[in-house]
Amino acid sequence: MPSTYDLAPDAAFARNLGVPLDMAWVNAAQANTPAIERRCATLPGRRSVKKDYQAAWLCRAISCIDLTTLSGDDTVGRVARLTAKARQPVRADILSALGMEGLTVGAVCVYHDMVEAAVKGLDGSGIPVAAVSTGFPAGLSPLHLRIAEIEESVKAGAHEIDIVISRRHVLSGNWQALYDEMKAFRAACGDAHVKAILATGELGTLRNVAKASLICMMAGADFIKTSTGKEPVNATLPVTLVMLRAIRDYYAQTGHVVGYKPAGGISKAKDAINYLALIKEELGDRWLRPDLFRFGASSLLGDIERQLEHHVTGAYSAAYRHPMG
Amino acid sequence: MSVKEIFETMSYGPAPESAAEALAWLVDNGSSFGHFINGAFTEVGDTFETRNPATGEVLAELTQASQADVDAAVDAARAAQPKWEALGGAGRARYMYALARALQKHGRLLAVLETLDNGKPIRESRDIDIPLVQRHFYHHAGHAQLMDKTMADRAPVGVCGQVIPWNFPLLMLAWKVAPAIAMGNTVVLKPAEYTSLTALCFADICRQIGLPAGVVNIVTGDGAVGEMVVNADVDKVAFTGSTSVGRKIREATAGAGIGLTLELGGKSAYIVFEDADLDSAVEGLVDAIWFNQGQVCCAGSRLIVQEGIADDFHARLKARMDRLRIGNPLDKCIDVGAIVDPMQVETITKLVDGNTSGELYRSAAEMPAEGCYYPPTLITGLSPADTLMQEEIFGPVLVSTTFRLPSEAVQIANNTRYGLAASVWTENINRALDVAPQLAAGVVWVNGTNLFDAAAGFGGVRESGFGREGGWEGLSAYTRPNREPRELAKVELKEGDGLPVDAIDRTAKLYIGGKQARPDGGYSQPVWQADGALAGQVSIASRKDIRNAVEAAHGAKGWAKTTGHLRAQILFYLGENLSARAYEFAERIDALTGRGDGTAEVKAAINRLFTYAAWADKYDGRVHGVPIKGVAMAMNEPVGVVGALCPDERPLLGLVSVMAPLMAMGNTSVLVASEPYPLLATDFIQVLETSDVPAGVVNILTGCHGDLAKTMAQHMNLDAVWSFSSTDLSGQIEAASTTNLKRTWVNNALTRDWMGEDGEGAEFLEAATRIKNIWVPYGE
Repeated sequence: MPSTYDLAPDAAFARNLGVPLDMAWVNAAQANTPAIERRCATLPGRRSVKKDYQAAWLCRAISCIDLTTLSGDDTVGRVARLTAKARQPVRADILSALGMEGLTVGAVCVYHDMVEAAVKGLDGSGIPVAAVSTGFPAGLSPLHLRIAEIEESVKAGAHEIDIVISRRHVLSGNWQALYDEMKAFRAACGDAHVKAILATGELGTLRNVAKASLICMMAGADFIKTSTGKEPVNATLPVTLVMLRAIRDYYAQTGHVVGYKPAGGISKAKDAINYLALIKEELGDRWLRPDLFRFGASSLLGDIERQLEHHVTGAYSAAYRHPMG
Repeated sequence: MSVKEIFETMSYGPAPESAAEALAWLVDNGSSFGHFINGAFTEVGDTFETRNPATGEVLAELTQASQADVDAAVDAARAAQPKWEALGGAGRARYMYALARALQKHGRLLAVLETLDNGKPIRESRDIDIPLVQRHFYHHAGHAQLMDKTMADRAPVGVCGQVIPWNFPLLMLAWKVAPAIAMGNTVVLKPAEYTSLTALCFADICRQIGLPAGVVNIVTGDGAVGEMVVNADVDKVAFTGSTSVGRKIREATAGAGIGLTLELGGKSAYIVFEDADLDSAVEGLVDAIWFNQGQVCCAGSRLIVQEGIADDFHARLKARMDRLRIGNPLDKCIDVGAIVDPMQVETITKLVDGNTSGELYRSAAEMPAEGCYYPPTLITGLSPADTLMQEEIFGPVLVSTTFRLPSEAVQIANNTRYGLAASVWTENINRALDVAPQLAAGVVWVNGTNLFDAAAGFGGVRESGFGREGGWEGLSAYTRPNREPRELAKVELKEGDGLPVDAIDRTAKLYIGGKQARPDGGYSQPVWQADGALAGQVSIASRKDIRNAVEAAHGAKGWAKTTGHLRAQILFYLGENLSARAYEFAERIDALTGRGDGTAEVKAAINRLFTYAAWADKYDGRVHGVPIKGVAMAMNEPVGVVGALCPDERPLLGLVSVMAPLMAMGNTSVLVASEPYPLLATDFIQVLETSDVPAGVVNILTGCHGDLAKTMAQHMNLDAVWSFSSTDLSGQIEAASTTNLKRTWVNNALTRDWMGEDGEGAEFLEAATRIKNIWVPYGE
């Protein structure tokens, strides 16, 4: 069985082609909540990065951020500000002191109507644009419209599509419907990569998270993602652990590589380090790259900027010293 | 490496915890220590070095205690004890609270000191050991506060001699000292010679908070000092350490009339069923066998995994092993630290290198070039017959075997001399709660491992020792019944030369496996009445009859699985049937003893049967309030098969007083009747036969207590031996009990008023049961 740990940091891989729905595998999925919570609770005490290592890890976190705005009041001007920040996420003098010139975020994530503005703002930077889609965040509009929405966003220039699954399929145990829906979304994406948002905060149990993760991967998701950021509970370490282990199993069984994106609720530099450490432990170093890992976050960057300035100057920093996005 | 390079490699880098404060504390104390006796440090005497196992550096010079030092410490403890007891529970609680607070204030210093001295990762000393130490003192401050109310019928034992190991130096100190002083005892504690520093720091804290002088005394040194403490004039010995040393201590203290608790080795089973969350079970193993480098008495060191998933599970486990980080224990990013001493590495190496079975896998993780380390190791494909499946390695080495059925998992798990802890991994609650009670272990963790708390008792069965530490159950080891001791008087056999009272010959037989059996040796002896007439003949049981009776008692172990309701009914029925023949029994008692209180004794015996019938379905366990989302269920289990020498002076009531609590709690027993008046027991056989008592639940022998005591005490298939004989056999029984380290309850040449309240109740029920703590974390 291939192991995720054996993949070199720069190893190339093909897109996840998906596999037929395997309900025996799905039904065997287990997730023991207390044990998973214990693992997550003790992780920060087991793994710690300091000084230059911490700075480097925080830079890595930045490179994996999907800088996001998903508000009803988004405008072209607001998105322009965000794309500018994406190109230059940290003050140039700080990056230069760190020897990290040229650092950018992983992607910019917006609603469909803002895709064009984002593409324009990022032109030439190589930073991809991700569009949330399929009736985000609830995913309850008619299926043909959700598929059409994907197609529109791809046409508008989005490189990545963040779809939301129908939570009702999970909650009612309609796994075949979940698989079929995901497969249809994947097909509509064409060459654009698809991230499957499970909305884990609405799935009720970690076992459901494990099952939904497996099914979305079987149906061809390039990434599995925790949340829309709109659920009452968004990304957590326990949910992350379950999804990472599902990715690991899926790779071991099929040889297909799938990425991971926690979203919502990650706002502190220390949290970002914990996520990176958990990924390093559970999947290995290959997953610490933006092609396989993203943070869906809007305020995380601000905290990291302050930490980096502290690292460079030795003095604690203030938010207003860093350009807003 | 530059930030840019680290950005590419994403390696962890060093994350050292500073040792400056701890090293400064050592220097401030002159880097050399005397003992802590009577509230002050003594002059430094003959010293030995204590080293940091991770680097080999000398940390400090410690004093090897002399006999005079130990005597001084015991004298100080003895002198301080009455005042400390008289202070009352609430008074002691204030000091214990102050200790708990001080242990919190100095938490980081203690954690770093522990890691320097022992080699365990700072993560563990900081996040596990020291918080548990603090918790233990807080918890027992509460027990002190409540003692006057909750333990009104108990008194402190006196001076406690305590010897602790090097694997959890301060935590083991806390487990020993906190309950002892909470209950009004004073202590003389000897830490392990490799790891005495935190004990000395604790002594310093005792001084700082103004703990009365002599309440806590600490003497340092090697095993010879431990022997001195054990052999000193103490009222109780508590030991945690190896089974071989525990055995020696049992021998050394035999007949001394003092309490003993032993927390010894283990080879704890870690059972993984096919429906378990395999990744979580793998992660659990990290905490089971690589926690503290596997130098943990309750380490889950024996992996028992269901056949169908074994390959998958081992593959996951090996991948996880490769991710472990081994190295400088002061690094906050280290999973596996240094082994305590080069001697221990040698022991581990020898055991592992001596194994030729199975397949050996070592973690591919990088090993430190220098220092005292051993790589995380897995040996798969072993069978119970392999040495490494039986012997405790006490290092980071996991051995593995497979099973097919739940029943087989239990069989393999219990195929060991030890019985400390076990883990069961399954997502099926029926399976978990069916398997857990069947495991021969004092602690069982369901879907978890190495969960500890001051509120839950910890301790083993079989050769893992006896006694519990922590929780309500831990307090009984540091208290004794609050009653005046009564000296034991030997009850002599009556002599006579008269005629038989009945012309028809009556030779009482033994009662084994529900049948009346002739003694294997074929000998009988006369029993004379007080008036010199011949009451009858009685069988002389020999060692072979003990063997047969123990076999029969084992054959009846289904009794343990019957309901309390059923056992109550049978005990009531016994009382009823005895009542029907009360007159006859009373006559017999009077004829044999010549005392004339036979009627009263029979009445008391009937009452006692009713009392234990009442208890049979009411001696409940507890659910401990432990700080996890889950429950720790303290279940009262029968001890098993118990042999007992019944009281001589009360031939019927004594027999019933011993038999009934054992029966009520689900034990089966081999009872040796009153030696001078055995006919009451043999008459009672007919009552047993008419009262629906299943065959083998009670077996009755007659004969010489002195001749049978040793055979019983040595019998490796007996779980406990009690002696209330008027021949003081306490020392002999305790010494002989080391074969399987069975529990003993002996009278120490004292007796009790069998007719009164001392003849029944809590003491008997406690001795007839052992507590298993089953931890069940839950959550969806």
